[in-house]
Amino acid sequence: MYGGGYIYEDTNTNNQNDASVNDAAKLEAFEARIAAGEKIEPSDWMPADYRKQLIRMIEQHAHSEIIGALPEGTWITRAPGFKRKLALMAKVQDEVGHAQLLYSAAETLGKPREDMINDLISGKSKYSNVFNYPAETWADTAVIAWLIDAGAIINQVANSKGSYGPYCRALERICTEESFHLKYGHDNVVFLATGTPTQRAMVQDALNRWWKPIMHFFGPSDKISVHNTIMMRWKLKMASNDDMRQKFLDMYVPKIWDLGLTIPDPELRLDEATGKWNYTEPDWEEFKRVINGDGPCNKERLAVRKMAEERGEWVRKALMKQEERYITPLA
Amino acid sequence: MSDNTQAIKNLLFRMADDDLIIGHRNSEWTGLGPILEEDIAFSSMAQDKLGHAQALYNILHSLGEADADTLAFTRNEKNFYCCHFVEYPIRDYDFSLMRHFLFDTADAIRFDMLTNSSCQPLANLAKKVRGEIKYHTMHANIWISQLGKATDESNIRMQAALNECYPLALGIFEKSDYESVLIDSGVFDGEELLQKVWTDIVSEIIEKSNLKMPDINEANLSTLAFGGRKGYHTEFLQPLLDEMTEVYSIDPAAEW
Repeated sequence: MYGGGYIYEDTNTNNQNDASVNDAAKLEAFEARIAAGEKIEPSDWMPADYRKQLIRMIEQHAHSEIIGALPEGTWITRAPGFKRKLALMAKVQDEVGHAQLLYSAAETLGKPREDMINDLISGKSKYSNVFNYPAETWADTAVIAWLIDAGAIINQVANSKGSYGPYCRALERICTEESFHLKYGHDNVVFLATGTPTQRAMVQDALNRWWKPIMHFFGPSDKISVHNTIMMRWKLKMASNDDMRQKFLDMYVPKIWDLGLTIPDPELRLDEATGKWNYTEPDWEEFKRVINGDGPCNKERLAVRKMAEERGEWVRKALMKQEERYITPLA
Repeated sequence: MSDNTQAIKNLLFRMADDDLIIGHRNSEWTGLGPILEEDIAFSSMAQDKLGHAQALYNILHSLGEADADTLAFTRNEKNFYCCHFVEYPIRDYDFSLMRHFLFDTADAIRFDMLTNSSCQPLANLAKKVRGEIKYHTMHANIWISQLGKATDESNIRMQAALNECYPLALGIFEKSDYESVLIDSGVFDGEELLQKVWTDIVSEIIEKSNLKMPDINEANLSTLAFGGRKGYHTEFLQPLLDEMTEVYSIDPAAEW
């Protein structure tokens, strides 16, 4: 339980962890530890930029979990039958639990949960672009649970080998749960794809609409994205966007085709010579436009989150104990 | 089964429909809770409620009724026997939390009483379910106490929620036509006893939480709370059922 409510000490008073000190010897030792495969823990010295990048990454991940709960969450009340209803409830609940885990991991770096959520609502902090698209039918939830969660697993398994201890440990737990989501999503897609003509049409339509966001999911092509060698050296980023996209295509395109579904990209094929997938380059201008607020659901997603925060404020206030002060969590 | 089968079925429908509808309502908090931890807690309890509903429908199925999905996803409101209290929209968290407290206290006592039921499948289920509902009432009691005593705003909100919810909660105990059969055949000790035990427990927690029990008497007893056990419902139930069955009814014969 969140005993102290949202009361935190100013991170600047945390001298032992003052990352603004530009100390070459400390930086060298820090990088040597990372190179040796050690994990960095909250009380260890770290460069200010490492802390800043990590906070940005982890909070964006946390935001993606709570915003991601919305498109699927709207189908809980419409899920067909007890089996699907219970599974979808548990699945979306897991996502909210992931947000809780990730906000806690980010808090170890000194940014309070409330500040992170405020930055989400104000639009200052981003979340995964895919959740700016609508879940129009029941089949959308199946495609999301299977393929978006599959993409997330590829991304997160890579990042769980990263350098920051609390984030890696959170990711390991998250991936275990996500693997159940993937099984649930696959099972759901299989039932639709092998069901009645209406069900098959529904799942094909969902796949057609979600393919573009799925291809966007791994981020801009390596050809155009700004490469940050420091991010790689500090093991904050563990795989390139294109490598992850290739891995996803390797693992899931054959499974999609096996179900008799088609993928809306005439260029999509495996190049036997290189072992790489050819595909139509995703529209990165649209990606940028959506991430900057102009997608089909950006406004609604943030409005819903803002409404939930505002309506719940009296509850959070009632949990605060004024005499308590926040103490940096250990991990 | 003896001639009390209809009475048992009626009891099972009332209980299962209550659990299904309140579970459905509480699941609407998913992603929208006042704090992440509560979001997760409400979802857990909603999942339990749906599980209990499913188990109760399964007993009905063993007594010759349709399977659980058909019972839950194809009946219209006239054939539902839930109380009005569970049908209301979730509104603000104060209303949902107070409903959770009042409903789950009754649900816990009911299942507790049913552990001695002469209907063996129900007694067996009650023994299992009791262990889960214990956590629902623990959760409710802690939150009622915390919010009743925390700030002026939280106290006023919880008192207002209690004043509104309490008369509606009395609809939980609306008797069916089978009341005496259930009592005489040892299936269930009856709504009156349940209500008496409930009133004692609820009063004690309410008073410890810096809240006041509403003054309910024959004169101001709300008639709005009653009718659910006979198939008469609020304007909120049919839209809920329409939403719940939206996908299922695309093709009820399909496997989803």
